[in-house]
Amino acid sequence: MFPKIKFAIDFFICCWKGSAKYYAWLAFLGALSLIFFFGLYQQLTHGLIFTNMNDQVSWGLYESNFIFLVGVAAAAVTVVFPAYVYHHKQLKSIVIIGEMVAITAVNMVMLFILMHMGRVDRLWHLIPVIGIFNFPNSMLTWDVIVLNGYLGLNVVCAFYYLYKKYTGQHPNDKFYSPLVYISIVWALSIHTVTAFLINTMPPRPMWFHSMMPIKFISTAFASGPSLIIIAFLVIKRTTALKVEDEAIELLSQIVTWCLGLALFLAMSEIVTELYPSTEHSFSLKYLLFGKHGLSGLVPWIWTSFTLNIIAFLLLLNPKFRKNHKRLLIICIMVFIGVWIDKGMGLVVPGFIPTPIGEFAEYTPSLFEVMNSIGIWAFGLMMFTMLAKGGIGVLTGEIKYSCEPGQGSRRNKEPLVCHPFCSGHPGSTGKEK
Amino acid sequence: MSEEKKEIANNIPVPASLKQGEEENKNRRDFLKDMGAAALVGAAALLTNSDDIEAKSTWAEWFQKNYRLMSDEEKKEAIARLEQRYSEEYGKNVTVDNVPAMKGVLFGYALNIQKCIGCRRCVHACVKENNQSRNNPEIQWIRVIRMEKGNFSLEDTDKGYPAGSGYKSGDNTSYGVQVGGNAYKDSGVVLEGQHYYQPENVPEKDAFYFPIQCMQCEKPPCVKVCPVRATYRDPDGIVVIDYNWCIGCRMCQSACPYWARRFNWGDPNLPKEEMNPNTHYLGNRPRVRGVMEKCTFCLQRTRKGRYTSCVEVCPVGARKFGNLLDPESEVRKILDKKKVFRLKADLNTYPKFFYFID
Repeated sequence: MFPKIKFAIDFFICCWKGSAKYYAWLAFLGALSLIFFFGLYQQLTHGLIFTNMNDQVSWGLYESNFIFLVGVAAAAVTVVFPAYVYHHKQLKSIVIIGEMVAITAVNMVMLFILMHMGRVDRLWHLIPVIGIFNFPNSMLTWDVIVLNGYLGLNVVCAFYYLYKKYTGQHPNDKFYSPLVYISIVWALSIHTVTAFLINTMPPRPMWFHSMMPIKFISTAFASGPSLIIIAFLVIKRTTALKVEDEAIELLSQIVTWCLGLALFLAMSEIVTELYPSTEHSFSLKYLLFGKHGLSGLVPWIWTSFTLNIIAFLLLLNPKFRKNHKRLLIICIMVFIGVWIDKGMGLVVPGFIPTPIGEFAEYTPSLFEVMNSIGIWAFGLMMFTMLAKGGIGVLTGEIKYSCEPGQGSRRNKEPLVCHPFCSGHPGSTGKEK
Repeated sequence: MSEEKKEIANNIPVPASLKQGEEENKNRRDFLKDMGAAALVGAAALLTNSDDIEAKSTWAEWFQKNYRLMSDEEKKEAIARLEQRYSEEYGKNVTVDNVPAMKGVLFGYALNIQKCIGCRRCVHACVKENNQSRNNPEIQWIRVIRMEKGNFSLEDTDKGYPAGSGYKSGDNTSYGVQVGGNAYKDSGVVLEGQHYYQPENVPEKDAFYFPIQCMQCEKPPCVKVCPVRATYRDPDGIVVIDYNWCIGCRMCQSACPYWARRFNWGDPNLPKEEMNPNTHYLGNRPRVRGVMEKCTFCLQRTRKGRYTSCVEVCPVGARKFGNLLDPESEVRKILDKKKVFRLKADLNTYPKFFYFID
């Protein structure tokens, strides 16, 4: 038991130790995330009245962020899959970062759901046994299962791996490998189920088509790896962790092809809907061109298309893809493009018009925007700290030292000696 | 957190000599034991409800089960609690019924769209009867859609494309008209009605009216999507909501094809003098913020053999209500003899709300 406790303590300390810049970054994010607690307090005491949601558009910015972030969480599989199925050495050594992104994203998803709910205080009604869990009828209960399961899987996978690395042992393949493979399939399930959550509602024709799950996954596998690439590029510059170019190259190719597929699916949807142009295509018409003089979402969706198309064309060219400065900008473009596409391009127009044909526009209130920024800041802070700890283990900055009571950061040989723990992440490649 | 700790501490006589730290620790332990996992929310509840009885009833309500799972005794307790609270709050003797669905009854509704004059008396009678929130905005369960009567014009018949698209009427190079010019304006019966009309007099010449409310589907999509079964169909066919069980996720609102559900975005406001004291647990009792509500066919009335308030108030007799299982009931006779349709029948929700014409 002792090494486990020591690992927890060392990991925790490592999360909190850093340069002045690191502290400044955390303080900045911490201050921003305080907004969230203010918002939560307001909602617990006054309800959702401060939001601009109404009976016409009853899901808004929170739900948009929720759907987008489920995609980001699922996208960790773009790192895990090549690392373990194709034994991609360069990715395998930094696979932890992908899992940290997933853990963070799922936590943010849950915070957004909490903010979305009208009665957060009754959350226990949803817990099986003590509450009522309308499974398998309600799609939302499926989402609860897959999201929590995914969080659990990633926490276990990531920290088990880190712990083994910390003590200098090999992960036990009989335990670890099945978990990794389950988590790969599970990652697909979270975004699929989230797509089913909204595309099983005939009154919302814009959502009601079977293309939704694959479109969700393709956009997710464009935006998620983009975020992971951004994280890798920042980590490469600011920490001792080695991020090989091959790892980033593979991820950027995944972004390219998934973005291409997403654009193709968007094109298919537009043609299918707008060619016959029935009443069921009113949402899409409103989104793309505006309707009845209402055009609040038009600039957003065209910005999204422009960003995504330009990013796709640039990614096709290796000159841009392999230049990390340019790639960083492209990844930011994809990330923003897909974020707009999921929120303003999907969730909000799904409610416009209402099932009885009323066009009511929705703009998030300042309160919603602030809360969302708060949750994003909290998420970034969480990711920063988790990644900091993870990198500490990967680089050998913290490792198990045999002498109890001694500082763990001493340059001592670990208790168990194995090439696996020699501190250089590249060395992990030798095992296969 | 510290304030309510002090509050609890004040209730227990403790010698002044006792160290404050110990006292706080002891109290905190008790506090945690009592509140369990709910410490955070509990703190909020205790902070906002300094009044002792109210805090107690809030706690009891918070822990209570889904209405259907309560024993008769638990139902009685819950109702007593509500009656006491409502009576104090609204300054009158409020009763909360729990009359269950009658056997052999399946409620149905029929609305004569030929007769409806769009006066919206039903809308306001409903609000009055069912204790909806009154301000900002007033929650209305019935909405009357004004359907416009459009025109066709002769000049448009040979116009194939909208003006400015380069195609000219009668131009041989356009190879015939592909789209009738009348397609570019509201013609015939306009399917995009609107429910904000403010006429001086009803009925208006160029419109007819189409009231909508909860259709009490036999296969309700809202019930299917509810993650906690807070909304369900009672045996008499009425889809009800347990306001104390709803978590406010609004899945039902998205899934409803008839836009029948309303959410309490903030604290509902209901003036004391306008409050209807004859309430039902699953019907018109005052709501709380963050929960869904909708038409219940006035089950506080109909389960006692009365008509709904919208049926009673309709000045032209367009609204009919009754037991679908009784061949002699008015609705059944309408189904037998009139031309009847259901709204969005293609969705297979099997509404028990029928529209008919004479």
